[in-house]
Amino acid sequence: MFFPPNPSSGVPVYRQLIEQIRHAIETGALRAGEQLPGTRKVAEDLVMNPNTVAKAYQELEHQGVIEMRKGLGAFVAPEGRKGGDLVQKAQPVLRAAMDRMVGIGLSEEQMRRLFESEVIRLRQEPRRE
Amino acid sequence: MSSDLAIETHELRKRFGAKDAVSGLTLAVPRGSICGFLGSNGAGKTTTLKMLMGMTKVSGGEGRALGLQIADARQSTEIRRRTGFVSEDKRFPWSITVGELLRFTRAFYPGWRPALAERYLNAFRLPPRASAGRLSKGLRSRLALLLALARGAELLLLDEPTEGLDPSMIEEALQALVSLVAEQGTTVFFSSHQLANVEQIADHVCIIDQGRAVVSDSLDELKARYRRVRLVFEGDPPPGGFEGARRDGRTLSLLASRNVDEIVARAKAMKARSVDVQPVTLKDIFLECSKGASS
Repeated sequence: MFFPPNPSSGVPVYRQLIEQIRHAIETGALRAGEQLPGTRKVAEDLVMNPNTVAKAYQELEHQGVIEMRKGLGAFVAPEGRKGGDLVQKAQPVLRAAMDRMVGIGLSEEQMRRLFESEVIRLRQEPRRE
Repeated sequence: MSSDLAIETHELRKRFGAKDAVSGLTLAVPRGSICGFLGSNGAGKTTTLKMLMGMTKVSGGEGRALGLQIADARQSTEIRRRTGFVSEDKRFPWSITVGELLRFTRAFYPGWRPALAERYLNAFRLPPRASAGRLSKGLRSRLALLLALARGAELLLLDEPTEGLDPSMIEEALQALVSLVAEQGTTVFFSSHQLANVEQIADHVCIIDQGRAVVSDSLDELKARYRRVRLVFEGDPPPGGFEGARRDGRTLSLLASRNVDEIVARAKAMKARSVDVQPVTLKDIFLECSKGASS
């Protein structure tokens, strides 16, 4: 269901997994109430650290995206689609910006790098207004 | 000392003649973690693993594995009983076949898992009737790993376990380790020069340089802490001000930990034209932290 994270991208692997799961929910690949694969299965399939998978699941539970049911595993929370609505609203904004960047002549790789460094900047310089 | 730690050393020291192979090593490896043990050649990795296994005497400081003192003879025996070990040389006797070696080893360990041994005999494509000592380097690595995996050990100490393996066998070996940790909560402490392997399955990293631990932390924490910063100035970059920065024309680049905000603020005050902050890889951190051995 998921693809192996890129361990040397610089973005912590658990965060990459969180993004993948959020994306799967936002695009409807995983729907409210559906079960996620167990942490052990994900760790074995993607050959990654089981503690890291567990950390991603915990974080998603904390964010209210998934629910952990005792003895049963992880399920997509009923309100898990809320984030999806927001993302759908934001998508045209990003698409317009990217269309303009393509117009300027930026490559895919340049755009990706720019986006990543802007995300980091956002994290490090909390908005002051 | 905490019971949540599978390995804990404090100022651990090993002296060979007039030279310290390990000189005040302090590290902590949580139980259930997969910890990559990194260092340049001669940094002290093998000596550390041997001290943990009670195969070489400790010269100073203290260390515990599974809560047991490594310098105490009786406790050290208990450590060896509960620990799977893959040594650096991975040598086996010529006069015994792979199958015989498995049956022989099995007799020593009540926790031996025959199903697991069978599984990895196939997955690692080991020939049961071949002489163990005559196997190729890659096959010997796989055999050593199988023996460590099937013992039902609580702790695995592995010295270059993926040495000599091709990429598909490396993936097979890493999957075996991940699976064991997920299933049994085993702790894995492995040395490797393959940073990509470490980055793929480790959640903790220890970097040793000239016998000392320069990093002992969670991989996520390290990646969150370090940033590569690139500053571009209108003209020549102002002299000084950024410790450890590399200068290349109008560009200064440096690896920053913790003080990223301060560097960015200072660069802006110095009228830097562009300030780029990028995430780092384990390789960046390793190269920055293990400078000592090469200089």
